[in-house]
Amino acid sequence: MSNEVLTGAAAIIRSLEMLGIEHVFGLPGGAILPTYDPLMDSKKIRHILVRHEQGAGHAAEGYASASGRLGVCIATSGPGATNLVTAIADAYMDSVPLLAITGQVGSKLIGTDAFQEADIVGITMPITKHSFLVTKASDIPETIAAAVMIATTGRPGPVLVDITKDAQQGLAEFVWPPKVDLPGYKPVTKPHGKQIQAAAQMIVEAKKPVLYVGGGVVRAGAHKELLKLAELIGAPVVTTLMARGAFPDSHKQNLGMPGMHGTVPAVTALQKSDLLITLGARFDDRVTGDVKSFAPGAKVIHVDIDPAEIGKIRFADVPIVGDAKEVITELNAELPAAMKANKIDIAEWWSFIDGLVNRYPLGYTKADDGKLSPQLVIERIGELSGPEAIFAAGVGQHQMWSAQFIKYERPNSWLNSGGAGTMGYSVPAAMGAKVGQPDRLVWAIDGDGCFQMTNQELATCAINNIPIKVAIINNSSLGMVRQWQTLFYNERYSNTDLHTGTDALMIPDFVKLAEAYGCLAIRVEKEEDIDKAIKLAIETNDRPVVIDFIVSRDAMVWPMVAAGLSNDEVQYARDAAPIWDGVE
Amino acid sequence: MSRHVLSLLVEDKPGILTRVAALFARRGFNIESLAVGTTEVEGLSRITVVVGVEGAPLEQVTKQLNKLINVIKVVELEADQAVQRDHMLIKVRTDASTRSAVLEAVTLFRARVIDVVSDALIIEVTGDTAKCAAFIKVLEPFGIKELVQSGVLAMGRGSKSITEKVLK
Repeated sequence: MSNEVLTGAAAIIRSLEMLGIEHVFGLPGGAILPTYDPLMDSKKIRHILVRHEQGAGHAAEGYASASGRLGVCIATSGPGATNLVTAIADAYMDSVPLLAITGQVGSKLIGTDAFQEADIVGITMPITKHSFLVTKASDIPETIAAAVMIATTGRPGPVLVDITKDAQQGLAEFVWPPKVDLPGYKPVTKPHGKQIQAAAQMIVEAKKPVLYVGGGVVRAGAHKELLKLAELIGAPVVTTLMARGAFPDSHKQNLGMPGMHGTVPAVTALQKSDLLITLGARFDDRVTGDVKSFAPGAKVIHVDIDPAEIGKIRFADVPIVGDAKEVITELNAELPAAMKANKIDIAEWWSFIDGLVNRYPLGYTKADDGKLSPQLVIERIGELSGPEAIFAAGVGQHQMWSAQFIKYERPNSWLNSGGAGTMGYSVPAAMGAKVGQPDRLVWAIDGDGCFQMTNQELATCAINNIPIKVAIINNSSLGMVRQWQTLFYNERYSNTDLHTGTDALMIPDFVKLAEAYGCLAIRVEKEEDIDKAIKLAIETNDRPVVIDFIVSRDAMVWPMVAAGLSNDEVQYARDAAPIWDGVE
Repeated sequence: MSRHVLSLLVEDKPGILTRVAALFARRGFNIESLAVGTTEVEGLSRITVVVGVEGAPLEQVTKQLNKLINVIKVVELEADQAVQRDHMLIKVRTDASTRSAVLEAVTLFRARVIDVVSDALIIEVTGDTAKCAAFIKVLEPFGIKELVQSGVLAMGRGSKSITEKVLK
């Protein structure tokens, strides 16, 4: 037992080291300065200095989502801390294990409106799994250990630790391991045996089962177990936006993504199903559309580690609280016996689904305005990069196309802001992913709007030798908003033109901007140059690469279920946009 | 709207009341009354919440409360299996002509007078919500100058204690 006396600041760094943290993303300032001093001497922790704290937050998220490990970000008090808020909210919505450490003004100054004071614990209460304010050096090891435990166990999520400057400067004995006492925190990971039996029985009796797979399967690392379960049952699988890659796209049982921009087979399979085997998914409104008419004939098995998700949106006939990996493992053990007694017969179901798959494959209409088809660009990036690559998208049309047209074969290869829909996620998340998985090829697939929100982190990438590839799907506008204006607002394009196209003001010129940041910059305007540019980007690893793909602004994301409508109203458009009835 | 009494056993940590109260607001539930205090166990506090539930089931709010790290236990106290008490202080206008009538009401309701001046009394009353409401109705004609009340306090009947399992 070591009883060394350390400053609180040194205790923060030592605690992180003891917990196996190797990378942190951050930016110093007054109230966190004491901690940056011992950080400089740490041999175990690499700190990556970002250009904006939001970038640190998303980088930590990308790091976590790509590697399955905890992401850590550090900021100072006041504006430093509030700049983390978007990333923390994002991590909360998508259950990303994230530790945010913020400096706070001295404990005697709290409540006085001191310089750079903000009640960040109060501000982040609704968007963190938990938050701590530390005012004493002696509380630091225990608090950091508790925060990491909370962030990484149960349903993962962001935890904030706000540490006053005097706590960082104070002295205390460093005792490790500290005693972590959380009497109110006991996540259930092991499922109830009876519920497993009930689920197995329901599965063998189903005529039209669907495995509705959500991000929980990715977070739990349950993809292998899922593959076994899916093949055991033989049922179709749909992978939500957060679960792309949890089940191989090349697998014939995979119908793709459900929801607002899901494939027709995935959307329809859920609608017509008689049993939703729901694994780590939460019946998000973007999946269900109008809830009342969602999968009206289906019974529901709902597996989630968070009891509050079960029954929140949709009644669960068989609720199972537990870790997806443990639950699926037990289901795999239970099913063979049940299947002996009651053979699963879903041939008719498959013949219906195969019909849908054949009639309604994913596709797109080529652009006819001389610009690139964004879907083609994204498809080629996926094909040339291979199954081990990581793709971090921003939010909007390019995000949906990336979810649709890149084929994912493994988990932790698709990163995006699903719940919060945070524009600007892509570049810093890709940066974090590359730090966490340096041997994998990492793409940021971004929009011209999103890119302008966080592209300053290209400086961080260039300086710290983090060679990410950025594909800007540049349609010179806020594309998804523009799509809605086209469909629902009579083509009145209020404030969606960004003037970044080559036939517009071209402000900014992304090639010049990327060059200024020390990146290799390429502009692609012709279809025959797409592959060449992608290959050059893949080969270039001495600096980040930015490709400005000039794409058509009239391209739209299809299929589509308009907001608030029933999934029965899914619109499939391959050769032409369907005639819209002016539904809002 | 249905009315439920929830008893929360929580860690006595800074911000716990904010966390609990904000959760109700955030998830769209109505707090009718709230009472907070320490318990027989050091470091543990008890929050009694009366919640009005419309639409979403009560289960959703109890599950969300259970997710708060500092919340150790959430129990719904059903009316027939728990005792419930409100505590009220009421300042009533009195003069020579009305005082005896007010004092009669105090006796009938088993309330107590705890302060007297020439033109007013402060009365203390405890009881369930219905009794307290009835008492107020009786006093109203005399003129209620000021009224303050605690949130509902509630405790399950029988010998079992909410802290028992937690302490094991």
